[in-house]
Amino acid sequence: MSLILSIKPLAAVLVSAFTVPAIISSGRNPNARESWTFAAAAVKFLLIASMVPVILSGKEIYFTIAEILPGIPFAFKIDSVGIFFAVVAGFLWIITSAYSIGYMRTLKEHSQTRYFAFFALSLSATIGAAFSANLFTLYIFYEILSLSTYPLVAHHQDEKSKVSSRKYLGFLLFGSIGLVLPAMIWIQMKTGTLDFTVQGIMTSGDFSKTEIVVLLLMLVFGFAKAGIMPLHSWLPAAMVAPTPVSALLHAVAVVKVGVFCVVRVVTGVFGVKLLAHLDAGVILAWIASFTIIVSSLIALSQDELKRRLAFSTIGQLSYIVLGIALLTPAGIKGGVLHIAMHAFGKITLFFCAGAIFVKTGKKYISQMKGIGRQMPVTLGAFFIGALSVIGLPPCGGFLSKWSLLEGTIQSGNTAFLVVLLVSSVLNAAYFFPIVYNAFFFSDKSDFKESIDEAPMFCVVPLVLTAAISVLLFFYPFIFNTLADMFVNSIYGG
Amino acid sequence: MTEQLPGLIVIIPLFAAIFASASGWLNRNYPYIISVLALTFTTYASVVMLIQTAGGGTLNYYMAGWLPPVGISYRIDALSALVIAAIQITALLNLPVSRAYTEQSFSKKEAPFYGLYLLFITGLTGITATEDAFNLYVLLEVSSLTGYALIGMGTNRSPLAALNYLIIGSVGASFYLLGIGYIYIKTGTLNMTEIHTMIYPLLSESPTIIMAFALCVAGILTKAAFLPMHGWLPSAYANAPNASTGIIAPLTTKVMIYVIVRLGISIFGTELAVESFNMSWFLVNFAAVSIIAAAFKALYHTKLKKILSYIIIMEVGYMVGGFFAGTPDAMTGAIIHIINDAAMTLCLFIAAGAITTKLYEDDIRNMNGIFTKMPFTAIGFVGGALAVIGIPPTCGFFSKWYLLKGAFAADQYLFAGALIFSSFINAVIFFRIFEKGFFTGEHHHEENGSGHGSVITEASLNVVIPLMASLGFIIALGFMTGKIVENYISIII
Repeated sequence: MSLILSIKPLAAVLVSAFTVPAIISSGRNPNARESWTFAAAAVKFLLIASMVPVILSGKEIYFTIAEILPGIPFAFKIDSVGIFFAVVAGFLWIITSAYSIGYMRTLKEHSQTRYFAFFALSLSATIGAAFSANLFTLYIFYEILSLSTYPLVAHHQDEKSKVSSRKYLGFLLFGSIGLVLPAMIWIQMKTGTLDFTVQGIMTSGDFSKTEIVVLLLMLVFGFAKAGIMPLHSWLPAAMVAPTPVSALLHAVAVVKVGVFCVVRVVTGVFGVKLLAHLDAGVILAWIASFTIIVSSLIALSQDELKRRLAFSTIGQLSYIVLGIALLTPAGIKGGVLHIAMHAFGKITLFFCAGAIFVKTGKKYISQMKGIGRQMPVTLGAFFIGALSVIGLPPCGGFLSKWSLLEGTIQSGNTAFLVVLLVSSVLNAAYFFPIVYNAFFFSDKSDFKESIDEAPMFCVVPLVLTAAISVLLFFYPFIFNTLADMFVNSIYGG
Repeated sequence: MTEQLPGLIVIIPLFAAIFASASGWLNRNYPYIISVLALTFTTYASVVMLIQTAGGGTLNYYMAGWLPPVGISYRIDALSALVIAAIQITALLNLPVSRAYTEQSFSKKEAPFYGLYLLFITGLTGITATEDAFNLYVLLEVSSLTGYALIGMGTNRSPLAALNYLIIGSVGASFYLLGIGYIYIKTGTLNMTEIHTMIYPLLSESPTIIMAFALCVAGILTKAAFLPMHGWLPSAYANAPNASTGIIAPLTTKVMIYVIVRLGISIFGTELAVESFNMSWFLVNFAAVSIIAAAFKALYHTKLKKILSYIIIMEVGYMVGGFFAGTPDAMTGAIIHIINDAAMTLCLFIAAGAITTKLYEDDIRNMNGIFTKMPFTAIGFVGGALAVIGIPPTCGFFSKWYLLKGAFAADQYLFAGALIFSSFINAVIFFRIFEKGFFTGEHHHEENGSGHGSVITEASLNVVIPLMASLGFIIALGFMTGKIVENYISIII
């Protein structure tokens, strides 16, 4: 494994943070302001994309910013799973930026400058987390992400969004300061390092089994962005944010940073072999299974569309955690792959929810009967997004779920197989009625019979992400390769 | 000339104080100009000494050429150099800020004000530079007496608060003097290095010495506002004039912590101070309790400066607990927190001064929307607040890192828990203020510029530039943590 020193990771992280002053200073000219966002998104994605061939050729890229604490550098190191996540987040930011324009301008939202500025900052933190070389760096970007998304959750500035943003920050800070920080310091104290390595760092310290399990749980629960129950309820609360925030941040960037942290903790800090040896993965897998089933059941009862999607996200995040916790090659591959597949599917669903709200002002599922005749494109995309999240062909979600199922079989524990299948049925149960009622509701509805879609800036992005969800089924592009590379790096295959 | 610097750094502000007071008769601007010149010089000198002591160098200076034990000697090691630099930079940064307030708060009293200002700095600098335990007492009184006067120049309630401070402060100083008396009786010397050599190995078991240590520590802890001797601090700081809170609040308690560290490391030795003496166990646990108590007190208050005052008391608990926990990491955390907390407190008090001046009051319940009108003040305040909470990459995170790690290593779990718990309370305190300042108030759609007849505007550049500089220090100190620890702190411990 050869390492290449390059400043590109730093540039890719900082490009959007550096556009924040430009976004703020052009606040009085919205077109110029959004041009900055697009420019930053494009440059960021190109920088990320330019690193992909290097990673695919089997090399890794690193860059050390500073050795802040002795032995714990503030550094980037890009491997297959890091670039995987960065590509997903970087690409979807471009699409979301277009969608934001359509959504925010149509609704004449206030403080749009603040919105775009913090959006850009959040993306810096997301990419920073993806590129982190050690737990310490990851933690720093994790915290920056919590804080830079706080103003987005509190965007509406009314009582409801204040309460929600308090809950949002309360859960995230409780996890990061109360659980992750002490666990991280404990590990650093005993092992002298926090660098992610292929087989973990815990073998170099003298840990008892209980200690390892406790530390693992502290880290997994502490990274509360992963939404594992019972530290999940910030996510439904965060749905008060404008829909593009829910779409990119609370279906992709923020929550995936959470599961990405779990991936790093399990594979890079503890090491798959050590956890398999101690049988500690099963505990995590059961916690994830519990979250999957319970959140799917709760999703069934939610009438507000965005809240239903939020609970669906909680369940899907735990798919990823479950996949990793199975500690089998196919399980890990499925988990990593699901980061991308779920991202494209779920962002489509959120875009659709936002488009419906922009056009008709409807937030509740019970009010959406018959909406398919007015907005067939949106609801069509919704159907595709739902298929992908449920994991049915011909959508990308099928591939990751297939791999996850294979992982459960490899692990020899069929209970998890049952969990996944039951959950798929539940997923279908909370998505299909929406689509069915939208198109086939025969009574008189409030909606027009003629086609009247949301503005182009809303519709084009959601069609695009839906199309990509389908495309991923036929051509998983680099995602499949990168996930395989990640698994091979662990199992040395 | 550089060998004269340890003397000059005390003598220059002393003489400048006399000239500043006298020059006020000639021109009202002269005192300010003299202060700027004097503090610019001392800042320069402190930086030179900082460079010279990096890696373990010491600078000795014998007053009037009399060698110890007869004469008074000044000795600058890495620890003193660090704290002296913090004092000079804080004093210099606060000068323009004080200029912004002297006009309105006490016009025509500039000459005595700047005279006191410089004398206060003289006292504090002397405390950190001297190697003579009795000289330290003299300079302690210089800084305290000027401190009472500076506080007494504030609001209507400030003379009473200053009187309160004077009484308790004098009691504290008397305890210290008593302790030094015991030492002198037993060892026959007042020079710190000499005392140390006399104590080990002959007197380390002596009850007199142990009593002396207890008395000295009790006296200094009173002056450092360690719970339960903290009663004087909140009302004194909350009522002090904005012109001088920027030096009193960041420096007084921090220099007292320096004295504790000096007592422990140089006079009595760590063996006596923290290892073989169960007073340290008591102090660490008491520090934990005081952290929690002060945090709740801060949470309970609604006056901004009262809140910040209780946070200072809480931070004193961090440092006292860290030092007496006695492990290298905990001591490092306590020492680095001296300078980090100076930067944080400076930043917060400058911002608080700007806010309360514009608002004509101090109650956070009436701060609706204040930050949207004072964006730079807001940035400064947020930066300082995040450092207090301990969010990376601000310096507050790194001192907390060391303190926590040291607490774990010392098995002081109550103290570790208090550190984490206080972070949560701080988060609640500050995010409550952010919510008021940013998200409450007029709710207007799409920024349409000025209007709303708001009279509150951004503070003057005199305030904003030092505020931004102190914010810069908060970030820079964080990134330099490793270097500071390596070059200045690990050598002393």
